[in-house]
Amino acid sequence: MLPILGRTLILLALLAASAGAVTGFVTGKNPSPAGWTWTRRLAYAFAAFMVLANLTMEYALLTHDFSVSYVAHVGSRAVPTWVSIVSLWSSLEGSILFWGLVMGAYVAFATWRNADRHPEYMPYAVGVWLACGAFFSFLLAGPAQPFATVANPLADGPGPNPLLQNHYLMVIHPPFLYSGYVGMTIPFGLACAALLVGRLGNDFIRPLRNFLLLSWIFLTCAIVLGGWWAYEVLGWGGYWAWDPVENASFLPWLTATAALHSALLVERKGVLKAWTVILVLSTYLLTILGTFMTRSGVFNSVHSFTQSAIGPTILVFLAAALLFSLALLALRVDTLGADGRLETGPSRDVLFLVQNLLFVLFTFTVLLGTVFPLVVEAVRGVQMSVGRPYFDRMSVPIGVALLFVMGVGPALPWGRATPRQLRSALLPPLVGACLLGAVGLALGVRNPWTVLALFFGGYTAQVTLSEMFLPVRQRMRSHGEGLLEAFRQTQSRGRRRLGAYIVHAGAVVAIVAVAVSSTMGSSKEIQLRKGEATTLGAYTFTFVAAEKVVEPHRDSLLARVDVSKGGRSLGSLYPRMNQYESQREPIGSPAVRSSLTEDLYLSIHNIDTDAGTVGLLVLVNPMVTWIWIATGVMALGGLVALLPRLRSATAPARVAAPSAPIALGGSN
Amino acid sequence: MSATEPDRPPTRTTRVRTRWFAAAALAIAAGAFLFIAVGGIGQNLVYYWGPKELRAAGSKATGATIRLGGQVAVGSVKRGDGVSDLQFDVTDGTALVHVVSRGVPPQLFRDRIGVVVEGTMTKDGVFESNRLMVSHDNKYRAPGDKNVDIRELMRSTEGLDDAAAPAATVAGSPRP
Repeated sequence: MLPILGRTLILLALLAASAGAVTGFVTGKNPSPAGWTWTRRLAYAFAAFMVLANLTMEYALLTHDFSVSYVAHVGSRAVPTWVSIVSLWSSLEGSILFWGLVMGAYVAFATWRNADRHPEYMPYAVGVWLACGAFFSFLLAGPAQPFATVANPLADGPGPNPLLQNHYLMVIHPPFLYSGYVGMTIPFGLACAALLVGRLGNDFIRPLRNFLLLSWIFLTCAIVLGGWWAYEVLGWGGYWAWDPVENASFLPWLTATAALHSALLVERKGVLKAWTVILVLSTYLLTILGTFMTRSGVFNSVHSFTQSAIGPTILVFLAAALLFSLALLALRVDTLGADGRLETGPSRDVLFLVQNLLFVLFTFTVLLGTVFPLVVEAVRGVQMSVGRPYFDRMSVPIGVALLFVMGVGPALPWGRATPRQLRSALLPPLVGACLLGAVGLALGVRNPWTVLALFFGGYTAQVTLSEMFLPVRQRMRSHGEGLLEAFRQTQSRGRRRLGAYIVHAGAVVAIVAVAVSSTMGSSKEIQLRKGEATTLGAYTFTFVAAEKVVEPHRDSLLARVDVSKGGRSLGSLYPRMNQYESQREPIGSPAVRSSLTEDLYLSIHNIDTDAGTVGLLVLVNPMVTWIWIATGVMALGGLVALLPRLRSATAPARVAAPSAPIALGGSN
Repeated sequence: MSATEPDRPPTRTTRVRTRWFAAAALAIAAGAFLFIAVGGIGQNLVYYWGPKELRAAGSKATGATIRLGGQVAVGSVKRGDGVSDLQFDVTDGTALVHVVSRGVPPQLFRDRIGVVVEGTMTKDGVFESNRLMVSHDNKYRAPGDKNVDIRELMRSTEGLDDAAAPAATVAGSPRP
């Protein structure tokens, strides 16, 4: 029963999405209230069918209905209930179904919020979203069918990939990633609509920015959650390896970040409209490229567990989306001319441009290194990869340059500045720069890039903090208010600005933490017998015993390692090897002792309980915790900038809705 | 937000000239960038080879970064007492490469298991590995299987791209 219900729902979603895409485009071309009403209805219908299909699958997973092919694939009576629930995104077909759910939610939300606004643009936008929705419905109806009927269902299934059960981060990473990836569809549709209408007005840039920011927050969290998971689970001691699939999530993040900044210039100065649209289109195309790279199994990667034969289908969609974007740009891009102009010379305007170029450069660097092996293999049939040194060597200077721009840009005033203004803006932050640089040198930092990162980090931190509190200080001076009252007054008005600087503060900490943790760590590999000890840095590690622990769903071999520093005991760490029932090979599980200054990281290479030996990888990683904290700060800043806009945007905009966009396009 | 400021429209010629300057500057920057990036890629390629391909590459293999995949030849493992002197032969059924490995071997390391070692060839024909990964392929191989699929091995090997994880069990193989 359930397979048929599920398939019907998918087909209905496909139908609604296809019909909605057509009515959307027709209504965009020939506006009519009825057409817009039907476009909206079909968008809601698509969302509803996707929700129902997902509920059906959850029901099948929870009731262990092994006649549903996906449940037969990943379900098991032996696993805990929460594992059954999250099994939805543990394998390919389910994760595409989940993708459909997220997409439905985004499309419905974005349609509902803009139902009475931007009447010219919205039908086109919804049309584009639903066209993308139709493609993913098609995937679910054919190549990645989760609701196929199993003729002779077994009584039990193999359960999901053990990696999913091995750590909770693997459970929450995919939903964040999908929310980030899928969310980019919304700005993509809005940007296409701007091109189709031939205008990107000051009012329409707002929904574009907001949805871009919303997806950006999710994507930022997803990237770091993925790194965190790798760090806590994979046992090689790091969090980022320039793995193609990591790059796949990083690429759209780079262009999205650039677009968020250039959108600000569109809003403030009426310039860079076409450029912003190109960045938004690229962001979406990169998410599809990322989906292709993750899902098709063209790469050897940890994410290969979601691979299958849907690769070619996604590739066709990518090609179609690329052609559509290029054709749209070629035909319409000159309609998005500037209304204003950019200031030349040392000004915040120019630094925005530099920042954008750096982000694009970064994107090309990573893209080149990621796609190069694919091209070589396709052309010459030779298997190879681009090694980490390439990525490290290219990205370190760009990252440091971005840190520099993040300091100098906000320090400079908008528009032209006098030399005196320049001096008073640029010189004071040198105090912070020298301070942090000196602290680093005193603590033994010698790597020139890391010293530079600390120097610029200090500079940028001081600029960020003083800019963050500038309105508060001004208000305290002008109104004679206390600190708290002034803060309350200013933050309710300048939330977006405040949020942006919170994000910058987080970014400074993140970059500095990455620089320090990747250059100041130490590690060693060692084979120990019971009772033997080894030292690394100030720490002594003693292998006390090897133990075997039997749990219902897994057996674990673990090594008890006592840690002490300068004779003082810091307790025991238990790195382990987990053997899952459904898996022939054990999975290592490192033990990490985190603190604000440094992490102790122990990972088992091999362990023999009979002989009493263990092969260990021991690492001391400084400042890693700060990367996770900084990401939280960045996400928080994004929310601060976003939330009041979502709320306040409703009321005044309704009044403005019927009027045409303020800024008329065309440069002449 | 502030409305767009009333701008002083620049004359047409200056705008065209600025545009040309910008385009030229961008082209030069892009060219320089491509030059550096492609050079960087060329120096940092990692080749995925089996013993046969490694032999065929000859002197090209010396000094290059290579991921060598194959099976551990039966009876070839010599463990030293420390960490740094593990030696074994990697074979694909036709060719044989002697490997010296630094680092602690993983749990499953043994005769006839599929491995991928990363390192380089020295001048005296020994493969020096600084990373040893074992295959997580769930298919058992018949002993003495001569047809080692290097490509499949690379795909199913623990630790590829630094991210140690087993390959798919999603194929839905029922539990034994």
